[in-house]
Amino acid sequence: MELIHVIIQGVLLGGLYALFAAGLSLIFGVMRLVNIAHGDLIVVAAYMAYFTMQALGVGPFMSLIVVVPGIAVFGYALQRGLLNFALGDELPPLLVTFGLSVIIQNVLLILFTHDSRRLYAGPIEMASWKFTPDLSVGVLPVIQFAVAVAVIGGLQLLFYRTTLGRSFRATSDDPEIAQLMGIENRHIFALAMALSLAVVAVAGVFIAIRTTFNPFYGPQLLIFGFEAVIMGGLGSLWGTLAGGVLLGLAQAIGGQINVGLPFTAGHVAFLLVLIVRPQGLFPKVSV
Amino acid sequence: MSAKDVVTPPTARVVHSTLSSRIGMTFWIVLTAVLVALPYWGDRQMMRLATEIYSFVALASLWNFLAGYAGLVSVGQQTFVGLGGYTLYLCALWAGLNPMVGLPLAGVIGALISVPIVLLLLKLRGAYFTIGSWVVAEVFLQIFQLVPAVGGGSGISLPATVVQSIASSRSGRESLIYWVFLALAVAVIGVIVLLLRTRYGLALQAIRDNETAAKSNGIDVNRARMVVFVVAAAATAMVGSMVFLQKLSITPFSAFSINDWTVNMIFITVIGGIGRVEGPILGTVIFFVLREFLADLASTYLIILGIVAIGVMLKAPKGIWGYAADRLGWQLFPLARHLVGGAGKTDSRALGVPAAERAKVPSPT
Repeated sequence: MELIHVIIQGVLLGGLYALFAAGLSLIFGVMRLVNIAHGDLIVVAAYMAYFTMQALGVGPFMSLIVVVPGIAVFGYALQRGLLNFALGDELPPLLVTFGLSVIIQNVLLILFTHDSRRLYAGPIEMASWKFTPDLSVGVLPVIQFAVAVAVIGGLQLLFYRTTLGRSFRATSDDPEIAQLMGIENRHIFALAMALSLAVVAVAGVFIAIRTTFNPFYGPQLLIFGFEAVIMGGLGSLWGTLAGGVLLGLAQAIGGQINVGLPFTAGHVAFLLVLIVRPQGLFPKVSV
Repeated sequence: MSAKDVVTPPTARVVHSTLSSRIGMTFWIVLTAVLVALPYWGDRQMMRLATEIYSFVALASLWNFLAGYAGLVSVGQQTFVGLGGYTLYLCALWAGLNPMVGLPLAGVIGALISVPIVLLLLKLRGAYFTIGSWVVAEVFLQIFQLVPAVGGGSGISLPATVVQSIASSRSGRESLIYWVFLALAVAVIGVIVLLLRTRYGLALQAIRDNETAAKSNGIDVNRARMVVFVVAAAATAMVGSMVFLQKLSITPFSAFSINDWTVNMIFITVIGGIGRVEGPILGTVIFFVLREFLADLASTYLIILGIVAIGVMLKAPKGIWGYAADRLGWQLFPLARHLVGGAGKTDSRALGVPAAERAKVPSPT
């Protein structure tokens, strides 16, 4: 029973990691940009939610009504104002987003101090479904997983069923030809960043309900997201979900062995996948 | 001059030095001589600051060697800084070894451990290599926290007797440590310059400029990268061991900290000039000058560094040194490759010499 419990916890946690990963994977897919500041942007979303909740007296989920559009606009502006100029070579995007990551962390530190914060979702945090006397599953983790699946399903639909999705895929395949076909790459890239950050907002709220956060929490989230992307295989959104679940499972099982081990277990699982299957579990594009 | 003129005259040879590199080398030699004598003319505080500067010159130069020449953008170099520090401590505590013996051992351990790491990481390309290197560093951070034998999360301190074993008098110790730091910085730059002048160096520059073309010319890209990674790991570990010898205590968080080590290496190199040996040296000077003015505002300092680094990356991707050198045709180390023909004809462009050495040719950027 204990093992089943751990597995369920791990899988549900994996949904959250898949949300981190989906935003990263989207950006990489569309414009080959590896956003080192991704984790810090998740933390920014968490702070936005925190202050929206205080200002409007709403719960964390309601705060998304403000946070999602807010951070999406920020993402659009960030892409048009800065990141579009860094695209092209391999080095500039990496180093520019790396610098951005350090800047965001320290701005957050100056604004909000080193204090750890959390988002309180109320009684739902404690609610759980009891299946048998030994086995109960928290309501919140289930919601979190369902939202992750819904977001990834939504992204999948958007990519393969809409005009915007077609533009994303076209710029991804060949930015120059896409431009010739009348697509304005700079705008498309900025929309992709906006969409990525909208997903980030959802992920940020869920993680901030689950654990406390502070200005320096971002890099850890970035690493989790990356591990999920690479384990799942590049370019496949459902693969990303699988990667997230695998990471969640590894962490849950590691945590069961030793309370100090969950992250190490996740990292080791990631490195093992790299050794055995460097292209990830469900690759869509060859690396 | 047409291309025909440079078709390998029988007596052609490659010349590395130029007028600017001869001036540069004279400058370095004089500077090194002045710095070697610093314990005789400077005070204690100055020596302390100088050792810190040397450590960052060495660390940033090694990062530049990785990222700027081998295209390996690692954000996990703290792995080797930390391993070097721990090696020195554990050698002293477990085996009673003098720290000056621990120093080369740190290099050996760094090199040994870097081999499996690089074999694993080279399966990843570009940004994935970057994140992979970070994950490896995180694994070391967590393992060292969990193992009680190396002090666990609270780390270990260096007993006074170990420090005293270096030299009997305080000033003797300080001078010796100072000279070791200086020697490390000079050796790191010297080894990089010498390596760049060999066939490996040419291969590395070819890989940096165009990996596919380099491969098709028969360069074993992975082997060249492995060599660079292992050399950089060994030297980084040696610098790390000396840095922690001065700190007198080590914890997993200070040893494997990305912010203390790799972030600074990256900012220094990007601002000074990535892919130039001179870049990290200039970058370190700028880094410390800025720090003198903003010492009390740690966060503001990092924000400013971040903004400067982003600005440099976008406006002058080769850094401040690269920007200036491209326009002036300077090189402070003899690294250019000029083909000097039997008939006394030279054409530096024929060999794909970097822009810096194409003196007086205006750069399009």
